[in-house]
Amino acid sequence: MILLELFIGFLKVGCFAFGGAYGAIPLIRDVVLSYGWLDDEMLTYMIGVSESTPGPIMVNLATYVGSSQAGVLGSLVATLAVVLPSFIIILLVTALLKAVLKNPYVQAVLRGLKPCMIGIILATGVYMIIRNGIVIQDSVLMVRPLILTLVLGALYFGSRKIKKGGISPILLICISAAAGIAAYGL
Amino acid sequence: MNLFLDLFLTFAKIGLFTFGGGYAMIALIENTCVEKKQWITHDEMMNTIVVAESTPGPIAINCATYVGYKQKGIVGALIATIGMILPSFCIIFAISKFLDHFLEITWIAHAFQGIKIAVGILILDAAIKMLQTMQKKPLPKAFMLCAFAAMLLINIFSVRISSIVLMLAAGLISLIIFMVSKPAARGGAGK
Repeated sequence: MILLELFIGFLKVGCFAFGGAYGAIPLIRDVVLSYGWLDDEMLTYMIGVSESTPGPIMVNLATYVGSSQAGVLGSLVATLAVVLPSFIIILLVTALLKAVLKNPYVQAVLRGLKPCMIGIILATGVYMIIRNGIVIQDSVLMVRPLILTLVLGALYFGSRKIKKGGISPILLICISAAAGIAAYGL
Repeated sequence: MNLFLDLFLTFAKIGLFTFGGGYAMIALIENTCVEKKQWITHDEMMNTIVVAESTPGPIAINCATYVGYKQKGIVGALIATIGMILPSFCIIFAISKFLDHFLEITWIAHAFQGIKIAVGILILDAAIKMLQTMQKKPLPKAFMLCAFAAMLLINIFSVRISSIVLMLAAGLISLIIFMVSKPAARGGAGK
């Protein structure tokens, strides 16, 4: 039965997808292709859509694949399945967290994990800015991504010097969308 | 405002403006849940993200569940998580039913060219804020720099190594350092 398959398939994804969406995509690919729900081309398209719409990529993809296989019910079942493991794990961890955090061994592990995570996030940010800002096509540096990067960066970080708190992340997303339309569409 | 409603609306807003995966969302959580609403402290957010990174599943869901639980128990966790998912669920569902060629719509593609850049900036911002609160000692600095260099290389050469491998290695090394140094310190104090 397709609903049960969707539930089990995406439960697997929810249970084993470590390291955010980019770690999850290969896993989702395996699950979706092994059940034969979609062909590779359609799945690649769905990944593209999930990346360019708001919300967690894994959840978007589950909704999309579920809907394509079994309509509203399918999308609900797949979304629920992908979310359920992390929901339960966090509830358990939170309930235990206070006691566990006091354990010196746990603290030792966390002392390594936290700076490591900061390094990973910093590298991801730096890499994304470079990759999206410095685009070279036919050995010509593209001007628009570079200008967009400089303007948006100056606006976001510079606005803090003028007003406390500066531009909120949500406002930056709105401005960047409008700037993208203006830069490429007009 | 009713706290349940507030949780729901806040996370619906975060869900609606989170693009490009969990890291970009950290800046949004920091801005709303830590700075504006003061539902959690910066430290708690760091702990949640570390837990989120070390457990499976979308980081955004983990954060919503944690903040909701802290404010209003299991019901709060449920409401915050549903709030986080609902906007994208509706959007994706509508796209899957009515839009066959979503990626070919030019103005959306153009908007996304801009959003992609904003996402990078938000991730950098989240990282900088975390760096500012990090202990300025040699060991954390070394962990941070190694992870930074490794992750950058992984990205540049698109190696299929998940960030979880780096996290595991860092946790393990840190534990070993602790276990090696602890008996020595104790022995030293005992003499």
